[in-house]
Amino acid sequence: MKVKLAISKPTVGASGKTGSWRTFRPVVSHETCTKCGNCYRFCPDAAIDTEFNIDYDFCKGCGICVEVCPKSCIKLIREDE
Amino acid sequence: MAEIPDEEFILKTTSACAGCSASLILRYVTKAAGKDTVLVIPACCTSVIQGVYPNTAVNVPVYNVAFASAAAVASGMSEAFRAVGKKTNVICFAGDGGTVDIGIQALSGALERGTDFLYICYDNEAYSNTGMQRSGATPIGAKTTTTPLGKNEYKKDLDAIVEAHNPVYMATACSAYPVDLYNKVKKALSIPGPKFIHVLSPCPPGWRFPSEKTIELGKLAVTSGMWLLYERENGKLTITGASKAAMKKSTPIEDYLKAQGRFRTATPEDIAMLKENSKRKMARLAHEAEAQAAEAEEA
Repeated sequence: MKVKLAISKPTVGASGKTGSWRTFRPVVSHETCTKCGNCYRFCPDAAIDTEFNIDYDFCKGCGICVEVCPKSCIKLIREDE
Repeated sequence: MAEIPDEEFILKTTSACAGCSASLILRYVTKAAGKDTVLVIPACCTSVIQGVYPNTAVNVPVYNVAFASAAAVASGMSEAFRAVGKKTNVICFAGDGGTVDIGIQALSGALERGTDFLYICYDNEAYSNTGMQRSGATPIGAKTTTTPLGKNEYKKDLDAIVEAHNPVYMATACSAYPVDLYNKVKKALSIPGPKFIHVLSPCPPGWRFPSEKTIELGKLAVTSGMWLLYERENGKLTITGASKAAMKKSTPIEDYLKAQGRFRTATPEDIAMLKENSKRKMARLAHEAEAQAAEAEEA
């Protein structure tokens, strides 16, 4: 008898494109950014890279990056705007 | 930021709620542990947020096990790795329900046997994955779906229970201080023997606050003294990070409680008891730290 084990493989997008969950989209203003790294450090889903670009395919729009930015250079914009 | 590696072991993305502390904690735990790691995960939020079979967002081996058995499974796994001479990190990543209620006998057994593993309890103070039912870790006065008028009992003091087992290393951390968490996990994994880390994990849908306030809530918990950051290495107590200042002068607990919808029905007596509890815990730790300092001076 052949036994098949239930093994999952690591995949990008294992939960689908979670970017579709967003109501508000965070937008980084790179001109005023001081590169402190807070947004990268506190993003629960690592959707912000070390160059502080947001991956909109996967950003869930929680807004933590907006709250932790000391220079307020990330703004939330409604998805339909 | 320099010392924390940029390599991510949590791929984009887990199916965790927006603003989830658990996935933030998992991100830093796996960063600290590195590639040579096996996670043992009992039923908890993390067993659900990995993604949909046959895919997973976690890029290290994960063993999903039954609720009560995480520490027991990790014991066997650790023994097997050591028997073939491998140094692989075995990490249990369990929620508060799987630690303070259902998994406590397996945890107690593993600590007593001196298993070489790290047990991380991320504490969102309820059974969040099934819809926020009360657990032994829910604080007094907090509203959950099974305690609609607020819980009447105290939060179980898990750290005191673990401390009674004399593990080689134990610590508390909070998701709002990820660098502190990273350093504690790194330190724990450098010591052989049973290790334990208790991490407070604010839960936006369960605690009823907006998802962007996750980090602020964690910081409020620490600065108000509701959550204390410390570590014990072979019994030697060190108060760490922001708790050093909070032990001297803490911000009002009301700031922390008012930021959450779950304490909306808390009575003044509940709040008085929460205050009393936090004060007592701070006094106990301060006293112990002083006594140890005096002892060290004598010796």
